[in-house]
Amino acid sequence: MRGTPAELAFARHNAAALVARASREPAWLGRHRAESFDAFQAQGLPAAKHEDWRFTSLAKLERIEFESGGADADTAPAASRIALEDAHRLVLVNGRYAASLSSVGALPAGCRVAPLSAVLAASPGAVERVLASAADPKRGAFVALNSALWSDGAFVELEPGATLDRPLHVLFLQSGASAPVASHVRTLVAAGERSRGLIVEQHAGDTRNTDLTNAVTEIRVGRGAQLDHVLLQDLPVQSFGFSAVFSRQDEQSRLGLHTIALGAALARAEVESRLEGEGAELALFGLYLGRGAQHPDHHTTIDHAAPRTTSVELFKGILDERAHGVFHGRIHVRPDAQKISADQTNRALLLSDRATINSKPQLEIYADDVKCSHGASIGQLDDEQLFYLRARGLDRAAARALLTVAFASEVLEKLPHEALRESLERALLGWLPGGGGA
Amino acid sequence: MLEIRNLHARVEGKEILRGLELVVRAGEVHAVMGPNGSGKSTLANVLAGRAGYEVTEGEVLYRGRDLLALAPEERAREGVFLAFQYPVEIPGVTNSYFMKAATNAVRVHRGLPELDAIDFLTLVKQTMKDLEMDEKFLSRSVNEGFSGGEKKRNEILQMLLLEPALAVLDETDSGLDIDALRVVADGVNRLRSPQRAVLAITHYQRLLDYLVPDRTHVLMNGRIVKSGDRSLALELEKRGYGWIEREVEGAAPA
Amino acid sequence: MSTNPEITALTNREYEAGFTTDVESETVAPGLDESVIRRISEKKSEPQWLLDWRLRAFARWREMREEDARWAKVTFPKIDYQAISYYSAPKPRKKLDSMDEVDPEIRATFEKLGIPLTEQKMLAGVAVDAVFDSVSVATTFRSKLAELGIIFCSFSDAVKSHPELVRKYLGSVVPYSDNYFATLNSAVFTDGSFVYIPPGVRCPMELSTYFRINEAKTGQFERTLIVADEGAYVSYLEGCTAPMRDENQLHAAVVELVALERATIKYSTVQNWYPGDKEGRGGIYNFVTKRGACRGRRSKISWTQVETGSAITWKYPSCILQGDDSVGEFYSVAVTNHHQQADTGTKMLHIGKNTRSTIVSKGISCGQGQQTYRGLVEIHQKATGARNHSQCDSLLIGDRCGAHTFPYLDVRNSSARVEHEATTSKISDDQLFYCQQRGLGTEDAVSMIVNGFCKEVFRELPMEFAVEASKLLSVTLEGAVG
Repeated sequence: MRGTPAELAFARHNAAALVARASREPAWLGRHRAESFDAFQAQGLPAAKHEDWRFTSLAKLERIEFESGGADADTAPAASRIALEDAHRLVLVNGRYAASLSSVGALPAGCRVAPLSAVLAASPGAVERVLASAADPKRGAFVALNSALWSDGAFVELEPGATLDRPLHVLFLQSGASAPVASHVRTLVAAGERSRGLIVEQHAGDTRNTDLTNAVTEIRVGRGAQLDHVLLQDLPVQSFGFSAVFSRQDEQSRLGLHTIALGAALARAEVESRLEGEGAELALFGLYLGRGAQHPDHHTTIDHAAPRTTSVELFKGILDERAHGVFHGRIHVRPDAQKISADQTNRALLLSDRATINSKPQLEIYADDVKCSHGASIGQLDDEQLFYLRARGLDRAAARALLTVAFASEVLEKLPHEALRESLERALLGWLPGGGGA
Repeated sequence: MLEIRNLHARVEGKEILRGLELVVRAGEVHAVMGPNGSGKSTLANVLAGRAGYEVTEGEVLYRGRDLLALAPEERAREGVFLAFQYPVEIPGVTNSYFMKAATNAVRVHRGLPELDAIDFLTLVKQTMKDLEMDEKFLSRSVNEGFSGGEKKRNEILQMLLLEPALAVLDETDSGLDIDALRVVADGVNRLRSPQRAVLAITHYQRLLDYLVPDRTHVLMNGRIVKSGDRSLALELEKRGYGWIEREVEGAAPA
Repeated sequence: MSTNPEITALTNREYEAGFTTDVESETVAPGLDESVIRRISEKKSEPQWLLDWRLRAFARWREMREEDARWAKVTFPKIDYQAISYYSAPKPRKKLDSMDEVDPEIRATFEKLGIPLTEQKMLAGVAVDAVFDSVSVATTFRSKLAELGIIFCSFSDAVKSHPELVRKYLGSVVPYSDNYFATLNSAVFTDGSFVYIPPGVRCPMELSTYFRINEAKTGQFERTLIVADEGAYVSYLEGCTAPMRDENQLHAAVVELVALERATIKYSTVQNWYPGDKEGRGGIYNFVTKRGACRGRRSKISWTQVETGSAITWKYPSCILQGDDSVGEFYSVAVTNHHQQADTGTKMLHIGKNTRSTIVSKGISCGQGQQTYRGLVEIHQKATGARNHSQCDSLLIGDRCGAHTFPYLDVRNSSARVEHEATTSKISDDQLFYCQQRGLGTEDAVSMIVNGFCKEVFRELPMEFAVEASKLLSVTLEGAVG
């Protein structure tokens, strides 16, 4: 713990809002917010001594004075790097719902997509059922802070058997403020039995401030449901991005979680997936890019709490210049969770001698009828392959770009939406020197 | 030698064998044929005692004793050998060490002296020569990195070393080229004697060209539905299984 | 750790009139303060610099907290460091008249390990006839080593006879401030082994294998220092497959290895301390700090360990790869049965260019045993061309045990190539059935499969030890499959 948490500038910014909100919201929520703030106070900002924060320093964050709110929510933001023409769209700017930018009017039967604030006003019970059902404020300072201070977010409910006909694009934007803004946003997803859908949650912005986005997403996947969730972190390079995705899966459900991290100066993404029902399957894919002094940090936990559950995890990182990547991947198999199959792979590509990667895969197995494996590798582009491409006439930069894209494509090709996949491939090409992009 | 009476067996709750009857006498070679899913491999695994194969009804007498009451290693020591359809790999355990341990476990059970390393090596090398197997397989880990054909030869090698009274071949011919098939069949034929019996489970009749069974049985839906001599196998090859199915359906339901 | 008793036994004979006999009558009362450390140093007639070093360690230790050393995945009750006697004279063990007087359990284990009867008697402390005269064997051995200029003696001896070497290298790999247990050891260590191999000399025999039949009471806090000078080679073997009992619960040893240019040190351990009973009562806490420094170009340090004993094992034999082209290796088999806990692994620190390391760890958990592989591969920024390959496999036998894998990979150089693979699975039903179908009993089948699983490690052991280690593994696994 560093200093007194209450004195931290960035925690103070919303204390007043917390009190004000309590008067408009249901009593249970007020209590939950207060307890969460207490939980944050008790934990404080994690220091480097904390095992989970050994490689990620928050020193810079402490000094920033954040505001909440910022610009008018309906100001049109800069174009997003990804194109999802065919999607239902829910947009929040600086943590507030932007109705004029959203289009969630034409949803199929049994699908409900709305800003969290609206659902809270109309049917608080629906929010109460999902909120904090997976995200425990005691599990981390940023989860606690989000639970105390979230201003708005997205609410997605799929009734049993319902199918989202098109992807749902939930866009959180930081835009146009004069001072650094902190947004705490919450997404709740309740996918009923046998429902299906694809949700793309994107964090982006067009400011030059050291903004902070702190997003928490809770996903409940009912029996036999099939859901894909893409978390696309595309924040401006000077900002701070914190995200935590908590998922809970019932019997025979299938969940695909895709984490793509492109931006932010310091980005910490946590995923905690629990397979609670027999026969549940999870696929967790991640790709992170870092250059300059970017610091992408991923912590994933897959908790096999029921028998016959299966997980596959593949994370890849590409680090250039002085970027510092961190990957902690934990697989936990509980006692009595037999017939488990879990496979984790983590690979990192270092494009520069000044780039650093800390990788820590962990297997914690307390049952015996399991087949678990993990593989990690760290290296550079293959010289033989580079030479081969150059011998065929590609220049060095183009050859490197080609091989780097090939490295990433193993993750990108798992994205269940073609236009999204293509726009990310373009974004990656643009990111690479000599890749032909911007 | 082997008497199977009204054998019913389940795998993962599903009934696969449904009243199978089969008698094999010493000195005979029997072929059991049948379409995929008819219960051929289940029969082999039940005879060898693999866990997960639950016998719900019926009995199996081996040399007059209740075979099903014995642990898998007791069956093996009593002379029941299963040539596996998919022999498992055991990393780090050398083939020669494994085979010596097995041979001596069986010999001790039969009241024979254990073979020392030199006697064993002499025996195994001669047998490998007969099977046209390279000696390098002695120092490799059990089945590890063996091709399909090499694994099957290795099974036959073990069979010849253990000298079983009843050899059950579970699709030992599958995936073999014609030379390997001949070598394997020669190995089995070497084992034939008035005191021994062979139960060859197969999908194709081509192994039977070399093995020449005394009896051929057709297994379908967990029961022997037709038995005959070698000509039955040839007929099956020519006409498939459909006609038997119709023939069985035409008969009164059991 | 049983090299210490062997060495101590030997040196006791050599120094019959020396300090050891004086000390025999004396045991320092339990408790630890500066005066105890001064007494230890005084008893051993140590030079001032060594006393000062001990005192610095002690001062540091008093500032440290044991809680900070409890990051490993092991649990044990609070240790009362003031209840330990930090200096007790090596008492000669009571001589027994025949094998009948030996604990039947130990006798049974000897049988299973196939240890020759004469050797069994020696190990158990039964008087043996003069035919098997270990002293004369040892003497012959020592003179041969002396001819080559090899120094192999007790740590205390080395302090007296080669103070310059000890002073130069002591604490140079494991500093006195390293960790709670190593710091405690630095303050209070009583004895241990010292090896120096002069430039270009290849030690002609496995050090310490010839001594393993000697016995004496082992110190709780032993210290080993091995230095291989330029181009030298030594293979050192610590421990013994025979079960070792000791009333001291806490063992905090330190081993330091230094390999200079082109030198190779191969350090093998077979650890079979008392693991406690089947309910988890008693047993040794084995908290060991082992580290080697590859100081020179093309130097190599290879650790091989077979850990079957102790209630708790906490050790991470590591390599600091400073010299360019230096090589570090770690081969480990660890078995935990009943209530044993093991948290073990290695650190490979790549500092020099083109340094290479290999890690092969095989963990077997059965009963309620808990086992953790914990490793670190660190590639420094200037370690161009570094390579690491790690393979960590865990085998689970029974549904109440646990296996955990925590490999840390820190890479700061883009030309590095680091690969880590790990698997955890239960012993395969198919493999068991296959063996049974060939007539092998369940226990033999398990033992065979597990030995196969460990083969990559066993083949790194000196031949005769590999055979015993493999048998030891089978003994440890007995009853694991019900």
